[in-house]
Amino acid sequence: MDIFNDPNALPWLIPAGPLLAFLIISLITNKSKQVPATDRHEYGGHHPDYDGMPVPVVHPWGRVISVAVGMAGVLVALLISWQTLSNAVDLHHIGPDVLASSIDWMNTGETTFQMGVLVDPATIIMLVMVPIAVLMIFIYSIGYMAQDPRQARFFALISLFAGAMLTLVVADNVLLLFVGWEIMGVCSYMLIGFWFEKESAYKAAIKAFTTTRIADVVMLLGIAYLYSITGTLSFREIMYNPETLDLLATTTPIIFGGWTVSAASIIGIFLIIGTVGKSAQFPLHVWLPDAMEGPTPVSAMIHAAAMVSAGIFSLIRLYPLFAAGGDPHHGVMTEPLAFMAVVGAFTALLAATMAVAQNDVKAVLAYSTISQLGFMMAALGIGAYIAAAFHLITHAFFKALLFMAAGSVIHGMEHGEHHVHEHGHAHSSPHPDGGGAAEFDPQDMFNMGGLRKTMPVTFWTFLIGGLSLSGLPLISAGFWSKDEILADAWLGIEKYGSGAHALVFVLLALAAFMTAFYTMRQISLTFGGEPRTEAAKHANLGQGVVSFTMTLPLLILAVFAIGAGFVGVPADFPVFGPIFSPEYNNFKHLMIESLPLPEATAAFASLPNYHAKPPPFNIVPVATSFIVALLGLWLGYRVYWRNPPGDADEDPLVNALGPLHGLFKNRYYLDDIYGEVFVKPSQWLARQVIVFLDRGIIDAILHVIAGISTWLGDLTKVLNLWLIDGVGDGIPIAIFNFGGWLRRMQTGRIQQYLLLALIAAVLIGIVLVLSSGAALPQ
Amino acid sequence: MAPLWMYLAVAAALFSLGVFGVLSRRNAVAILMSVELMLNAVNINLVAFWRYSETGTELLLNGYAFTAFVLIVAAAEAAVGLAIIITVYRNRRSVIPEQAVALKG
Repeated sequence: MDIFNDPNALPWLIPAGPLLAFLIISLITNKSKQVPATDRHEYGGHHPDYDGMPVPVVHPWGRVISVAVGMAGVLVALLISWQTLSNAVDLHHIGPDVLASSIDWMNTGETTFQMGVLVDPATIIMLVMVPIAVLMIFIYSIGYMAQDPRQARFFALISLFAGAMLTLVVADNVLLLFVGWEIMGVCSYMLIGFWFEKESAYKAAIKAFTTTRIADVVMLLGIAYLYSITGTLSFREIMYNPETLDLLATTTPIIFGGWTVSAASIIGIFLIIGTVGKSAQFPLHVWLPDAMEGPTPVSAMIHAAAMVSAGIFSLIRLYPLFAAGGDPHHGVMTEPLAFMAVVGAFTALLAATMAVAQNDVKAVLAYSTISQLGFMMAALGIGAYIAAAFHLITHAFFKALLFMAAGSVIHGMEHGEHHVHEHGHAHSSPHPDGGGAAEFDPQDMFNMGGLRKTMPVTFWTFLIGGLSLSGLPLISAGFWSKDEILADAWLGIEKYGSGAHALVFVLLALAAFMTAFYTMRQISLTFGGEPRTEAAKHANLGQGVVSFTMTLPLLILAVFAIGAGFVGVPADFPVFGPIFSPEYNNFKHLMIESLPLPEATAAFASLPNYHAKPPPFNIVPVATSFIVALLGLWLGYRVYWRNPPGDADEDPLVNALGPLHGLFKNRYYLDDIYGEVFVKPSQWLARQVIVFLDRGIIDAILHVIAGISTWLGDLTKVLNLWLIDGVGDGIPIAIFNFGGWLRRMQTGRIQQYLLLALIAAVLIGIVLVLSSGAALPQ
Repeated sequence: MAPLWMYLAVAAALFSLGVFGVLSRRNAVAILMSVELMLNAVNINLVAFWRYSETGTELLLNGYAFTAFVLIVAAAEAAVGLAIIITVYRNRRSVIPEQAVALKG
């Protein structure tokens, strides 16, 4: 099999580049030695906590090569992805026809488990988004991590991250998807805790890892159950195969069977719980805001291109399973769909309220990520499969853009802060920060203001990303994808009076309104008004490579943040429809082919028609989208841009919301509740285990064994000294003593020897004479 | 012809003189001379036993031959012994064996 010429086998190579880059960097070019850290970097730096600690420092050329290898890996992935896309386009009818290749991986008794790659429409949309977003993040990282001593390590880990994501994307079965999923879990742990000298960073890393692990265990149970029923984990054989789907939808499960749920529902809910953890949905959303402790490119990676997208992507992949047994387009919900709709819609609103009250520039974005993922989850729950996938793609682009722009802002603020210290600006700082750099928080939006003048590129790109997130009507990508979710939800209400659809519609509309508001609040606080601190006045990205590599990705992503929306404009949308979708909605036309064909599913009563018609144009959802977005933006503009809070002013929201503000700001105290309910009991249990099990039982057994061994050892030691040494030493001592005694004969006097010889001769003679007898005189 | 025991008695007396000389004299030259006495006592015995043995005819010259060997060996021994003694004397100004203790441990 010539892997380079066979279009079916080519997808194997997509994750190979970044994975190889990871190996090369971590094994070869990341050669480092420990030296005490100094504040050598040009401006401020991201890691004041390094000072004085030994840090591994990689040789400059090693760092350069590491960066080059990392970039090469992701570039290769990008090029192979494009080649694969062009191969996929050449297929006769993408959907029924796919690019697929698999190998026998493990013999499981009568069957053989196969591992392989699959390129179907769902993979295609990810192959468009992931490599580009990852490449932008890599380019951005060159500048962002330029001053970090562990640059090589960073590029190794983020390459592995990208490789794992691409593995997940091209996987043709749930298990390989799960492998990529778990590798990303490990990478996120190591990257969130990248600056592990900071206590908050390593705690955030542990939190992220533990939280997602809880969900992953449940997901693994779902996978195991799926395999035990169907005997396969291949997407093609389960999700595109009406017989298997029908089997799953009509089987009574081994647990909860009495509740008239199907095996498909149980498996579906288990798999969804995996995504609830990975894509940070309530109640497992707590890790994602803390994940900001990692470097900003990592946040962009986790929040946009890879980790959380992987969760939604896997749900998109598994969607036929969730819908089996119901028909969301006709208001018949299955348990997994209802679960997704409720959790998603609730999370979308909950996270949006939290985002409103945050002051940290990255925290706002983190909560907005949770909220937007809730949108996607809710969309899947109401059967808006296409809309969810569409929102996944547009969100990835504008959220990557927003995170990197926010990173630029933080970088600029640190630069400004450093500048202020460097030049000893004595004039009073409006925000008296206690006279120490440690007090200054470069991420606090109330320390910023007026950055549109000093960082214009960042401002404009952030504005584009922010407007896209808010869903600014007609021109932003976010509008088209959100509008489609609302349109689908409205259709369910209008035609079938479905409660789930109504819930989703109302909650998402509210969440969209808040999204527009907090985004405008963020933009205004960061870029609008006048600088509130000296640091903000001097904030900029500097010159050269850092500035260039941190600006270029923003510009490219800004194009996508607007342009990505136009591939999915509904065909019957006034004015825009005929321009961008003259024949059909391009995105939908492609994406729908991932689902089983209607001719195939029609034969099975339990299965819905997956190829539902797109919702017809309706003024209500469109008007809702317009109103919530514009109202939110206007309110944010009115409150924060027109009357920017002064140097020492409080957030106007504090008065407006009253006690709610504290509730929002403190994340509904969920983290504290979890701390009390889960973390503390676990720690208590762990301590008890230490006292009773470890020290009480295990140590006791060990001590007894150790005592016996010591006693035996002592016994053997005595035996050694007494018997073995006695014999061993005794023989030479005896020989020595005998030699000493014998030695006295050797006097050195010849005459004595002669005398002895004579005596001997005489004695021998006497003996001879006596023994012969005959010579004796008679 | 005188009886055998007379010869043997002379030889024994001579041997005893030699033994006494070897054991009692301190001078190495005297010891060497005493050794020669002992050798000659043995020579007398050899010749006497040969003469009085049943095969003691003129045709079988065993006793003579042995004696001749002993004389030659004795001469060689005396030559070597004297040479050693002279060398020892040159080095240590002494011909007393007890004083030649350079190799004693």
